[in-house]
Amino acid sequence: MIRPQSVLTPRPAGLYCEPGDFYIDPVRPVDRAVITHGHADHARPGHGAVAATAPTLAIMEARYGADFAGSVQPLAYGESWSRDGAEVSLAPAGHVLGSAQVVVRYRGMTLVVSGDYKRRPDPTCAPFDPIACDVFVTEATFGLPVFRHPPAQEEVAKLLSCVAQFPERTCLVGAYALGKAQRVIALLRAAGWDEPIPVHGALTRLNELYEDFGVALGPLVPAAATSGKDLSGVIVLAPPSALATPWARRFADPVSAFASGWMRVRARARQRAVELPLIISDHADWDELTGTIAELAPGEVWITHGREEALARWCALEGIPARPLALVGYDEEED
Amino acid sequence: MRDFLGLTPDPDRGWALAALTGALSFPAAKPGAIRAAVEARMDATLFAWSYDYVGDLAETVALVWPAAPGPNRAPDLSEVVETLSRSSRTQAQNRIETWLDALDPTGRWALLKLITGGLRVGLSARLAKQAAADLGGVPVSDLEEIWHAQSPPYEALFAWLVGGAEKPATAAPGRFRPVMLAHALDEQTDFVKLDPADYAAEWKWDGIRVQAVSEGGERRLYSRTGDLISGSFPDLLTALDFEGVIDGELLILRDGAAASFGELQQRLNRKTADAGMIAARPAGLRAYDLLMDGSEDVRALPFAERRARLERLITGRGGGRIDLSPLVDFSSWDELAELRTDPPPGDALMAEGFMLKRWDSTYLAGRPKGPWFKWKRDPYLTDAVLMYAQRGHGRRSSFYSDFTFGVWREDDAGRRALTPVGKAYFGFTDEELKALDAYVRDHTVARFGPVRQVQAEDGEGLVLEVAFEGLQRSSRHKSGLAMRFPRIHRIRWDKPASEADDLSSLERLLSR
Ligand SMILES: [Zn+2]
Repeated sequence: MIRPQSVLTPRPAGLYCEPGDFYIDPVRPVDRAVITHGHADHARPGHGAVAATAPTLAIMEARYGADFAGSVQPLAYGESWSRDGAEVSLAPAGHVLGSAQVVVRYRGMTLVVSGDYKRRPDPTCAPFDPIACDVFVTEATFGLPVFRHPPAQEEVAKLLSCVAQFPERTCLVGAYALGKAQRVIALLRAAGWDEPIPVHGALTRLNELYEDFGVALGPLVPAAATSGKDLSGVIVLAPPSALATPWARRFADPVSAFASGWMRVRARARQRAVELPLIISDHADWDELTGTIAELAPGEVWITHGREEALARWCALEGIPARPLALVGYDEEED
Repeated sequence: MRDFLGLTPDPDRGWALAALTGALSFPAAKPGAIRAAVEARMDATLFAWSYDYVGDLAETVALVWPAAPGPNRAPDLSEVVETLSRSSRTQAQNRIETWLDALDPTGRWALLKLITGGLRVGLSARLAKQAAADLGGVPVSDLEEIWHAQSPPYEALFAWLVGGAEKPATAAPGRFRPVMLAHALDEQTDFVKLDPADYAAEWKWDGIRVQAVSEGGERRLYSRTGDLISGSFPDLLTALDFEGVIDGELLILRDGAAASFGELQQRLNRKTADAGMIAARPAGLRAYDLLMDGSEDVRALPFAERRARLERLITGRGGGRIDLSPLVDFSSWDELAELRTDPPPGDALMAEGFMLKRWDSTYLAGRPKGPWFKWKRDPYLTDAVLMYAQRGHGRRSSFYSDFTFGVWREDDAGRRALTPVGKAYFGFTDEELKALDAYVRDHTVARFGPVRQVQAEDGEGLVLEVAFEGLQRSSRHKSGLAMRFPRIHRIRWDKPASEADDLSSLERLLSR
């Protein structure tokens, strides 16, 4: 029987599949890459050949321009390609639009690389597909028992009741440009918020891209076009980095909200001077991480990035062999 | 909070008020027991890593609690308080666990903060009392006067505030009487209207205002807001060998001489005092007014009469720990102004200015305009150079609004270098804040999280004229000193950084 370590190997550039001769989410330019999803720390420009879902390729093109890679190969979920006996396919990861798990089958062994994932319902992307495997390679961004995300609908209800409570203020919501912003918008629409939503210019491209892939976001207007208008009781979306810049000063006395899994911990919300923390995450929380491992019951768990030591400890207590890969270059703050 | 107290029924609102004013404690439920309970349910290592990350026991437990399913029901506040106050440790622990099972993370956090006493933060006690007083439409001083005769869940208190019942009796010996406060003097407008012959002047001491009560064997020390602080000053408590209620300043008094506020701070930071601390920093009372002379309420008498009675009362009392705040002789405001800028040697050098009290003023709760004034010494000023800036909070979060500034000194190699001496986050207008923020963004040389290091050297740097109330030696600061109430007085766009002050000029102030 072949050892899984000879199928997937951590290297400085990222996780390398020797039989298929490709890297998964490499952090340095390589000849052949499979990309799980469009977040900047996973999808970098400058590779030779890139295989990914069509939305992920479109996101990379929007971010880096048309020549972000030598050549591209769009893969639908479930579609597979083979090379030297290694069969590779993508399965939905439920993280953001186009996000995928990479499934590698080689000589009767199945290895699944989750990429970033979550198990909660998300109206903007396909749900995580659990695939039985010998090795499950998981993320652990929120791999501590303190991270247990509440239902996202409850957090959006908090946002709406804040707007009702302070009708004279503007609600300025910080949300990451890819995935979180569109999910918050979709959740607001589902909760009955039909008002036009002013959005920071940095979100426009990705919002349009989501719409192009069939995710309806309702009426959005550029925040720049609202200057001089009365923004009382309006919900505005911006990337978190914009909240602490002069851009934010156009709003008089805004309620600053931030949609992130890190908001679970009070000190983190205080540190960012967030008035209304919204615990909405596109990553699996502790219960999802441990629940997924229990559900898949893999022979081994490898942990790519995040709080590896705590999840490894949990696996050890459950009698599941686990090893942290200590891959570097993935930004744990991105959520 | 007022709405909450109005809408919540007894006794829940009373327990909430008690929790916020620090009047609750549950010996049967201690943090150690809570930790043991969580470790019985989950891996101790995973808990320890979680606690490391969060940094707060109640919050960590609230988040990680592995809830057991069952017919659990979230408790209301009175159920928690009543159950815990009559439970043994084991019973208490069982009940706490079932409550934690039934609550969501926010509810668990509130429960754990309640039972570990962590709800009482900073100003909450004062705000809670204010909210209760507002609810009944009475001045907060009325509520403070009866507060210490009441106990949780304060049903008689709420019956008075909202139920139309009689004000609860205040006859309890040892109770707190609301204090009389002074207005700040406006030199431009007030002096022309005031006749110096009508006023007595005393030094304004740099300690804390206390009410020392000794009635029928009950001895207590209260802060000016009615908080009991006897526990921190047992040495002074034993010296209260008079019968009455004295208004005065708590100071560290060493052989009759007042020590700096910094030394008093050392004792204020502790809830109890050990013998070593007491010997090194003995607490004393500098008396300046009298509310009860024996069992006689003298608050309606004029100040001159109260003062005479005070002198008689404390003569020969206190075992050296009580003295009289001396009256300052003066015949004109000009003469007093001179004394204020150039005080005589001794304790007066450390005073914050003067208190002016009308000879005929009765002792009234609150801050009546006219009878009492405080006339603070002008602040000290120094020219310092902006070194670091940090983002503010709330509506200031998009601005760099917390400024660390420094003055020049020679480093070990004999070079002139800046050393930080303080931090200020107010004193400027909104316009000035915008200008400071722009300056910080344009002159950043390094970033550390929310902090930016700003260009500050001989050739380039922004001089801030900083006002402050006093200086203390401090081992926590690299410069060896700490400023009291620093704020930005003026931005000296015109002044070259090289002409900012030297540390030696501040050190001279310290030795004065
Ligand atoms: Zn991601």
